[in-house]
Amino acid sequence: MRVLLIEDDRHVADYLRKALGEVGTLTDHAADGREGLLMAASGDYDALILDRMLPGLDGLGILRTLRAAGNQTPVLILSALGEVDDRVDGLRAGGDDYLVKPFAFSELHARLEALLRRGAVDAPETRLRVGDLEMDLLKREVTRAGRPLALQPREFRLLEYLLRHTGQVVTRTMLLEQVWDYHFDPQTNIIDVHISRLRGKIDREFETPLLHTVRGAGYMLRAP
Amino acid sequence: MSGTQAGRRRHDLWVRAPRVLKSSSFRLALLYMSLLSISVGILLSFIYWSTAGFMDRQTDATIGAEIQGLAEQYRERGLPGLSTVIQERITRDPAGAGLYILADADLKPVLGNLDRWPAGFLDTSGWMRFRLRNRGPDHAEEHAARGQVFRLRGDLLLLVGRDVRDLERTRRVILDALTWGLAMTAALALLGGWVLSQRVLRRLEAINQTSREIMEGDLSRRIPVGGSDDDFDQLAAGLNQMLARIESLMAGVRQVSDNIAHDLRTPLTRLHTKLELLRAELGDTHPARAIAEQTIADAEELLTTFNALLRIARIEAGGRRAAFAPVDLVPLVEDLAELYEPVAAEREQYLTVSAPRDAWVIGDRDLLFQALGNLVDNAVKYTPEGGRIDLRLAGIEQAILIEIADNGPGIPEQLRAEVFRRFFRADHSRSTPGSGLGLSLVQAVIQLHGAAIELLDNAPGLRVRVRLERGAAPETDPAQPTAPTGQPG
Repeated sequence: MRVLLIEDDRHVADYLRKALGEVGTLTDHAADGREGLLMAASGDYDALILDRMLPGLDGLGILRTLRAAGNQTPVLILSALGEVDDRVDGLRAGGDDYLVKPFAFSELHARLEALLRRGAVDAPETRLRVGDLEMDLLKREVTRAGRPLALQPREFRLLEYLLRHTGQVVTRTMLLEQVWDYHFDPQTNIIDVHISRLRGKIDREFETPLLHTVRGAGYMLRAP
Repeated sequence: MSGTQAGRRRHDLWVRAPRVLKSSSFRLALLYMSLLSISVGILLSFIYWSTAGFMDRQTDATIGAEIQGLAEQYRERGLPGLSTVIQERITRDPAGAGLYILADADLKPVLGNLDRWPAGFLDTSGWMRFRLRNRGPDHAEEHAARGQVFRLRGDLLLLVGRDVRDLERTRRVILDALTWGLAMTAALALLGGWVLSQRVLRRLEAINQTSREIMEGDLSRRIPVGGSDDDFDQLAAGLNQMLARIESLMAGVRQVSDNIAHDLRTPLTRLHTKLELLRAELGDTHPARAIAEQTIADAEELLTTFNALLRIARIEAGGRRAAFAPVDLVPLVEDLAELYEPVAAEREQYLTVSAPRDAWVIGDRDLLFQALGNLVDNAVKYTPEGGRIDLRLAGIEQAILIEIADNGPGIPEQLRAEVFRRFFRADHSRSTPGSGLGLSLVQAVIQLHGAAIELLDNAPGLRVRVRLERGAAPETDPAQPTAPTGQPG
């Protein structure tokens, strides 16, 4: 895994490199826009972490240039702005995900992981599976150890998203954005309640739990 | 489409008519009309007076010349000569304007072209005005005449006069023309005033409209300048300069807040992430881990408050309507209920939704969800266990009403205005978690949308009513999926 970080704030950059190193991701760093664009265009990276406000050439400029040149590397945009239209601008310019500063490293890591694996899970699938939990996307049925589970539509979508990101940390904001399709900031941990409901259906009556809480980060569905 | 537009225009006219009457420009126009009419009236009266007077003097001169001729005859040839001349004149022009009558002391006519002595007023100089009937081509018509009376020897009375029917007619024509002229002057002055006041009103309306848009947060708006450099253009230019100044000041403030965002949020992020690293390095068993966790939670709270403040400031500054699009509130409210239902269920609260088939508004979908979410969040938080929360959506004419009603403790009336202040916490809510910024954010979003929010008594409980202007549904199905349900049937 090789990631290019284009970020002008030296502290943030140092910290991210260190933190990414600890989770086993090699990171190259560019401190300004032009340098970043050159490195991104020439190097073979699995993903780009791109700050929006950069000296030289701004983040969206880099992104547009890359996309115009046919470079399809997944891009996670970092921004201190963070209003919806900023986000829309970023995604329109060809970004794959958008993260507003300040963010927890766990959030960045989770999103980066999701981006890196996106290629692998985007293939059309009809069945998703983890351990003895199985989801049939055509019949829209879920079974665990052969026993059918009755899920509400939203629970189905929630589980589908978790299944598509098996073994990855999924944060609460990612769930809100991907499962509920709203970019908003709930004042209470409503997602936790939905997760605990889902957990009640898929885990409660079985020996081994599949849906785990990752402290300070989010949730993870993984095989025992 | 054009039919409804025409209808609206007609409606506008109806609504605007009283305003036109009330406008100061229209009053000025009325005053202008009165003054002009009075001036023109005086002018026309003078014209009338001088033309009519001229004609009167001419008649008098003609009569005078006639009398002079008759007097000469009378002096030279006495009464028989006078009679002959009168007779001659009558026969020469029987239908003429000259009137003669010679009468005895009992006013019995002796000679002349009048069958009897006319009744009329005799003034001291011997002039007499009287009315004639049955004479001339139009016998039926009574008309005016004027003449001078002389006393001859032998108690004979001689009246020499003229039929002034034509004069009278001319006078009437002139009077009619002048009256019409006056009426037309008044009408034109009024029309001019109306047009003028419409013009003035339109320009005032443009200023009004702009100021409303600015009030809604779009500081980049400017008052249109006509280009004629008149008083209105000068006013507009002055106001525009003022607006430019305010905008640059606001931009300065925003710049500061952006700088704060950039300069302070970055170290805060670092603080937060370093704490996370620290926690990771401490491992699960280290005794300091709990403190690290608490510090992280504190840092997160700080960041949350900070973000919320900046977010409110940015929304209040407006200018982010770029993300405005038609939004159907029905799926939005349903999603909201679906999202909060498990939380309500945990508190054994009963959450209901009632909504029409669709309810389109123009707005920012995420911000609307955020604002309504905060309201539902509050309702769930402050309604006691076992309570009831109703989400109601209704379309009324040009508005969409959203009501979030609960049967919790409600908000005392004197506090209702204050709850929108930043960091406001009602006494009973101090024990519940929250930043005190939720409703400030709601208000910022409401203002951005030009909407209204009211806190009402639900007896018992609180009923929050949000009123948004109804927007047109998009013509084709919106490409943007509203929370794809992914579940057939």
